[in-house]
Amino acid sequence: MDYLSQIIFGVVFLAALSFFIYNVRRIRNNIRLGKNINRSDHKKERWRVMFRVALGQSKMKARPLAGFLHLIVYVGFLVVNIELLEIVVDGLSGSERSLGHWLMRWNLGPVYDFLIATFEIFALLVLVACVLFLLRRNVAKIRRFHLSEMTRWPKSDANLILIFEIVLMAAFLLMDAADYSLYANSNGADAPGMYPVSALLHPLFAGSDVFTLQTISHVCWWIHIVGIFVFLNYIPFSKHFHIILAFPNTFFSNLWPKGRFTNMENVKKEVELMFDPNADPYATPAPAEEGTEPGSFGAKDVTDLTWKQLLDAYTCTECGRCSSECPANLTGKLLSPRKIMMDTRDRLEEVGRNKRKNGANHDDGKSLLHHHITKEELWACTSCNACTQACPVNIDPLSIIVDLRRYLVMEESQAPPELTVMFNNIENNGAPWAFPQADRFKWAEDD
Amino acid sequence: MPQEHYIAIMSEPIEVPTMAGLMAKGESPEILFWVGCAGSFDDRARKITKAIVRILHKAGLSYAVLGTEEMCSGDPAKRAGNEFLFQMQAMQNIQVMNGYNVKKIVTGCPHCFNTIKNEYPELGGSYEVVHHTQLINDLLRSGKIRVAGGSFKGKKITFHDPCYLGRGNDEYEAPREVLQKLDAGLVEMKRCRAKGLCCGAGGAQMFKEAEKGNKEVNIERTEDALEVKPDIIATGCPFCNTMMTDGIKNFGKEKETEVFDVAELIAQAGEL
Ligand code: SF4
Ligand code: SF4
Repeated sequence: MDYLSQIIFGVVFLAALSFFIYNVRRIRNNIRLGKNINRSDHKKERWRVMFRVALGQSKMKARPLAGFLHLIVYVGFLVVNIELLEIVVDGLSGSERSLGHWLMRWNLGPVYDFLIATFEIFALLVLVACVLFLLRRNVAKIRRFHLSEMTRWPKSDANLILIFEIVLMAAFLLMDAADYSLYANSNGADAPGMYPVSALLHPLFAGSDVFTLQTISHVCWWIHIVGIFVFLNYIPFSKHFHIILAFPNTFFSNLWPKGRFTNMENVKKEVELMFDPNADPYATPAPAEEGTEPGSFGAKDVTDLTWKQLLDAYTCTECGRCSSECPANLTGKLLSPRKIMMDTRDRLEEVGRNKRKNGANHDDGKSLLHHHITKEELWACTSCNACTQACPVNIDPLSIIVDLRRYLVMEESQAPPELTVMFNNIENNGAPWAFPQADRFKWAEDD
Repeated sequence: MPQEHYIAIMSEPIEVPTMAGLMAKGESPEILFWVGCAGSFDDRARKITKAIVRILHKAGLSYAVLGTEEMCSGDPAKRAGNEFLFQMQAMQNIQVMNGYNVKKIVTGCPHCFNTIKNEYPELGGSYEVVHHTQLINDLLRSGKIRVAGGSFKGKKITFHDPCYLGRGNDEYEAPREVLQKLDAGLVEMKRCRAKGLCCGAGGAQMFKEAEKGNKEVNIERTEDALEVKPDIIATGCPFCNTMMTDGIKNFGKEKETEVFDVAELIAQAGEL
């Protein structure tokens, strides 16, 4: 390689890295729009959950076939990307297979053989798994891939990722195949690497001259590396961001039993006041503390949610496991927990964009509640936690549903009429039905 | 004149002690039996309540109920988004229970169980809370109650996991261990344990019409149950019980399949 390609590589490399960092920071700032919640307690337990659920993919095995294919792609992608180190060094220094030559100099040729052979096997496995995934998604009739929230973009996003990976792996193998043929043609005894998969492609290049082979190798090298850079920068715009966020998101998981809902602090303050015999019922409420907003009850928009709920939204892989276990969704109701997460992310992106363009206080008159998520969806939830249980990255759609319900009920008085009756019953006679409190012990009288 | 509260137990009636009554005698029981609204008012659920009382009595436990001093735990209000109402209920109940110096609670309702166990502590009410299937399991293990099991021999039982006991609080084994003692065949539905399908009542759905859809949730769940052709569907929740009973009626299968609470099956097998 001449200096020109080194310079081009350096520029592309830096540009890719900075654009990626820029977008990650943009997303981080969006997540920071969320309300505070403490998720840094019980560190040990948090590490354990992260290792088990994100690194160990423990929840993926609930669907054995998909889980297995996913594991291949996950491990394969990690392994093959070790090769990235060599590629970057080669690109910047203008060398070829620098790691291989370096290892051979230290008589560690077999190590490189092992590495390349492993990469190749995994590249092939990833390629096959991605093809199967594509077929599953588009040919097999799997309900969760075709729910109403899977509109054009989410569907293409999923397919694009798979096609990307197939192209990357194919380029990698072809590059190796060309290199292998080059070495084979020159009977190169000092050729680095072992090529169990690409060697099979050797017949393809039978009769090709050195120049052709070198060109193929170089072109594939560029496709592979530029592809990776493009892919890297595609990730923050895609559900594929989960490959990064799965780790923090599981680390910051809810460690309480799933049945527990949060007790709202601002409600607690008011209720405590009502129960305090020394409180003056006619006193004007204490002025809000410096710097704190009066705050509303429940969530109307993404900025009323906690940063963890927003992190959840960016972590969602749109796999639909939640919706495929959701009793409401299974029985034809409008509710789909996956849509709750996708709406939250879309709305957050919108709010973030608005704030960047028009200043931090910009209000576009829209909100997550009503404009994205309707009452009908919210009232279909049975709070059964099937969604949180099914989610492979510990996302909690239920907490968002409940926070939106809280706003509907406490700020907008928009509970369905039957629920208002239930509320009144509880308030007046201590039971959700209209039975008098005095009859509560009647069960022990008859017989 | 205060009413006397007796329930029949075979031939011998049991007096159900109240916290207030015991306090008047200067006693305080070890366990509070939290009956819950369904257990107090719903005709079907009252039978479950009585079965639990029979078990508590038979095991010789020192227990009492709150009677008319008990109020809705606030669960349906909270799940429906009315946090104010929930906390009002919780605070009132906590005042009463702390007044009686309650330490341990058993309840037949997974919703009360969940909310008192997990949500009351932050509001000033910290108790050891167990679901009745957990208590029954302990009593069977320690030999405080025994079941003959004979009458269930050859019967097929399937257990429907209540969401707030199973996924909500990770208790899948206690009710199953109890059912195993019945000498019956325990069969699992295709969706069970952590993957168990909701009956459709939770999240305050019990108190409203379902949203528009193409099926009722309890029908979907009853189909799961009927698939394994059980003689008995066992539950551990009064609301699940209602939902599954309705589902069975919907399919006209009342003759083939009955819905019982775990407590009822034990009370029956133990001839309590
Ligand atoms: S908690 Fe609500 S959204 Fe989640 S699975 Fe159950 S019904 Fe669906
Ligand atoms: S919330 Fe979880 S289970 Fe649902 S689509 Fe997103 S990643 Fe999948």
